[in-house]
Amino acid sequence: MALGLFLDIGSTYTKGRVVDLKTGQLLASAKAYTTVETDVTIGINDCLLELSRQVGKQEYKLKLASSSAAGGLRMAAVGLVKDLTTEAAKKAALTAGARVEKTYSYELTPEDLDELLALNPDIILLAGGTDGGNKKYIVENAKKLSRLKLKGTVLVAGNRSAAREIAEIFAGKVDFKIAPNVLPDLNNLNIEPVQKIIREIFLEKIVEAKGLKKAEQIVDKVMMPTPLAVLKGAEILAKKLGELILVDVGGATTDVYSVASGTPTLSGVSLKGLPEPYVKRTVEGDLGLRRTVKNVVEYGEKEFLALGISMEEVNSYVAKISQIPTYLPKTSGEWEIEIALARICVKTAMNRHAGRLEEVWTPSGKSYIQYGKDLTAVPVLVGTGGPLVYTREPAGILAAGTYEESIPSILKPKNPRFYLDTSYLLFAIGLLAEEDMDTSIKLLDFIEEIS
Amino acid sequence: MKEVNLVLGVIGADVHAIGNKILEYALTNAGFRVHNLGVMVSQEEFVKAALETDARAVLVSSLYGHGEIDCRGLKEKFIEAGLENVLLYVGGNLVVGKQDFAEVEKKFKAMGFDRVFPPGTMPEEAILALKQDLGL
Repeated sequence: MALGLFLDIGSTYTKGRVVDLKTGQLLASAKAYTTVETDVTIGINDCLLELSRQVGKQEYKLKLASSSAAGGLRMAAVGLVKDLTTEAAKKAALTAGARVEKTYSYELTPEDLDELLALNPDIILLAGGTDGGNKKYIVENAKKLSRLKLKGTVLVAGNRSAAREIAEIFAGKVDFKIAPNVLPDLNNLNIEPVQKIIREIFLEKIVEAKGLKKAEQIVDKVMMPTPLAVLKGAEILAKKLGELILVDVGGATTDVYSVASGTPTLSGVSLKGLPEPYVKRTVEGDLGLRRTVKNVVEYGEKEFLALGISMEEVNSYVAKISQIPTYLPKTSGEWEIEIALARICVKTAMNRHAGRLEEVWTPSGKSYIQYGKDLTAVPVLVGTGGPLVYTREPAGILAAGTYEESIPSILKPKNPRFYLDTSYLLFAIGLLAEEDMDTSIKLLDFIEEIS
Repeated sequence: MKEVNLVLGVIGADVHAIGNKILEYALTNAGFRVHNLGVMVSQEEFVKAALETDARAVLVSSLYGHGEIDCRGLKEKFIEAGLENVLLYVGGNLVVGKQDFAEVEKKFKAMGFDRVFPPGTMPEEAILALKQDLGL
């Protein structure tokens, strides 16, 4: 029997999965506290011990890991115009699996530079200007960055005509790499080369810097940041199910991935703004069920009132879970609040991820402008993440992410089927796909349809 | 010819797309690098696109007769963004009804446009003007 071991070294837990690589069966699951602060191998060994209790001591043919420990892959994006090159840089960073701490536009101010130093991101993505376009801002910003004592890497992905000048500015001062422009012209988003280099930097430097190198005594490789593994898993799932949206509700953030073209479903619609990547990821840093739960309560007051839950009840529950983040609801009243909170996360994150339609009156009648992706016809909505997987009503929570008649301008899916990553396998599917696509497709059977 | 960036678009709530495509085709064939923003373009979009692309000229079309309202304040926004040296051209059916073109031209020049083209202008005329004004 050829077995595969997949680890997700998360910020709180290290999750392990053992898979039969021939049949694509899941044989064992375990989790242990991540111990990246002391020695990451302790947590991994705890996890392995539990797995071997389930399947016996085994030789693994493949041992792969993803990680979001020690803050994950932390990036900042610098561009010129906020909704052009800055947005393109942000999209590239997010789809590479990064946490985007901050974005900057135009010329970096002294305050921006102070903030960047304090944030100390693993990678600063420096963009600005289309190819053959504006050079002034990106060169100026490169000069400013070159005077800082940066610990991370600067990845330059702006105007091709400025690349050499910037390389000279950075030489000997800043650790840097040059990638093709993320926005070579206004109608052309080019994020794949940037993603590839971000991953190279992750493998070469960040794994080591985050204390994860020791993990490679046990696994073959820490291959990628967890969100990238999940994104790749979603991409493979889309091969089986067609266009889809994946929602991952966590303790601190809610991530939404769409694998869909998002082209208009209505006729006579004009598209505005940057082109959208086919695989898109957005992260809402203010929407989570534990660390950021206070915002969620604030956004959802109306929801609670509609359910007849008093704010006193909500606040006392929130005080409890803020104190003990591992607390899980016990009474039916607590469950009701927990589920409502998850619904607010899903709804708010989907409202931000989906495109929107704007009505414009022209002399020849009503016309529409579309910003972002039209997801109304996407047939599949998938849930993942602890709060969705371990709840009583996953379908009810996912339903909060669908189209609302009351806000027809937000282009959320109208009638999707719901699926759940019940065994938390998407990350493993994404990791395995790089080595063995056929088996990773077999594992898709563990993403189950729910109703 | 050294690469010259142009921004092209139909301003305001105007949805006429055919002339815009023809212009893009003709300008590209003439050797310009054209960034076509399409139809229903706002003033801010013209400014942002000109900034990112380092455009030497911005060509604004309007065919539905409301050009004057839509174009008011555009030059000021370019000045505000430090783009006062970018050439601004405008053309199409800029006003409602049949008005004396000399009057229309005067009005748009006063609004800060460098060239104003009457209805029915062929792309070649605009290309010739661009080459003159840009010293190409």
